[in-house]
Amino acid sequence: MNSGSLPPPKTTTSDIVLRSLAFSYLGLLILLPVIAIIFRSLESGLSVLWADMTLPPAIYSLKLTIITAFIMVLINIVTGTATAWVLVRYQFPGKSLMDALIDVPFAMPTIVTGIMLVAVYGPRSMVGAFFNRHGIEIMFNKPGIILALLFVTFPFVVRAVQPVLIEMDKDMEEAARTLGAGSSTIFVRVVIPSLLPAILTGAALSFSRALGEFGSIIMVAGNIPFKTQVASVYIYGEIESYNPQGALGLSIILLVFSFITLLFLNVLQYWSRRHEKG
Amino acid sequence: MKKGNVAKNALIVMVVMWFFMLIMVPVFGIIQEVFKFGISNAVASLLTPHARHAFLLTVCITIAAVIINSVFGTLLAMVLVKQKFKGKLFIEGLLDLPFAVSPVVAGFMFIILFGPQGFIGNWFENQGIKIIYAVPGMIIATLFVTLPFVAREVMPVLREFGLEQEEAAYVLGASRWQTFLKVTIPSVKWGIIYGITLTVARAIGEFGAVIVVSGNIINRTQTVPLHIHQEFTDYNYGAAYSAALLLALVSFALLITLQTIYKKSEQS
Repeated sequence: MNSGSLPPPKTTTSDIVLRSLAFSYLGLLILLPVIAIIFRSLESGLSVLWADMTLPPAIYSLKLTIITAFIMVLINIVTGTATAWVLVRYQFPGKSLMDALIDVPFAMPTIVTGIMLVAVYGPRSMVGAFFNRHGIEIMFNKPGIILALLFVTFPFVVRAVQPVLIEMDKDMEEAARTLGAGSSTIFVRVVIPSLLPAILTGAALSFSRALGEFGSIIMVAGNIPFKTQVASVYIYGEIESYNPQGALGLSIILLVFSFITLLFLNVLQYWSRRHEKG
Repeated sequence: MKKGNVAKNALIVMVVMWFFMLIMVPVFGIIQEVFKFGISNAVASLLTPHARHAFLLTVCITIAAVIINSVFGTLLAMVLVKQKFKGKLFIEGLLDLPFAVSPVVAGFMFIILFGPQGFIGNWFENQGIKIIYAVPGMIIATLFVTLPFVAREVMPVLREFGLEQEEAAYVLGASRWQTFLKVTIPSVKWGIIYGITLTVARAIGEFGAVIVVSGNIINRTQTVPLHIHQEFTDYNYGAAYSAALLLALVSFALLITLQTIYKKSEQS
């Protein structure tokens, strides 16, 4: 509610009051819980925390989380960039409808996503039964996890790349073509480098979301240690079985990943701004 | 040229197929399941006392989250855009943290803080106030996951329009309060509405953070997503699919609202 007076005088009392109010809310709701979990995990000593992190099921779930997230990101980079490309550069019937529906995964509650996937790929469904007959288990196994992650993160890369593609002028591509470059050379040398910051932003957002994803995964994969138990499900299991100490280790690891993601996204933003200027 | 067209059409077909298989087929899958269950059965399953309680609780928690976070979100946006102070990047990082943190970890942090053995929860417990495994904790968890929406939507709008018009109003002799009500709020109106719609969408669907702090007690602390999970684990698939479809329809309506708002705000 700063009055925006001309020229801005030194900070007024009401500025200070508003600022304190805003910061107190942020502090209570976000900073305090983070401090509390760090404090609690240091309370019993780092060796106990390390022991919690390195329990075999904990390590397995962390590995499973990172590997499935990584596979999802690789697929999303390709399909997301291709989707953005098709939506920006080409005309086809139903294009605006598809463009509008890209955000469906963002709007869907994760539990609904999980239920939907079970409805289509579960053992009681036609598709699920077909795959099961061929010895491929989608639900309650790793393909289900990747499928759920692909669904919930689908819009990230598309929506990151799309605006950059719209802004990108075709001049550079045409200049390269005039100079005799082939289509594939232009794509690799001209298009990809200018899309890279956007693709990485989408990839980082997808990866971060995948590391913490819970609702859809617990529906499609369940909670089977050494098979489908991802990190968030492991943490949930420990809390449910009244062993909060056991949940601390992986929680801290996930939290550190969250901080790294935020930092990485800030660096990317800085980089792409410089890229635009350059 | 012809070769290029073939490649182009192949790419379009592949992209549309992928999108259809990944996103649209599951949406149709759930609709089909509800029809298999029967419309009258579906309606009946949505009217059981458990289901009705879950819907009521979800509505109450969502309203609380919308009111509190639109006030504090707008406030945070104004402080972050208009005031100059050190450590702004740190504050903005804190504001974005809920987007990056796993909902389960978020819920767990609130248990550590407000649980019976928690740092603050202990004191509340002695006063006879339950936060965790009760509705207050569920509201706090929902506030956490939805905090960035209004603030992040209002900030860019405020950056673009707010300041100049406010300065004009101030020069013309309007008081601070008048300026705020007549100039600031109308200029960020669409940002606030957009942020609120995102908040509603997230609040009605939040599962991880809420299930951790709620204790998942039937008829007491079950919201709609928790109710869906409960029905599913109890093998009441039809009831789970019905409630999920209803939640999906509401979410879809919110998505359309968002896109309409976006177009409107582009025009104005």
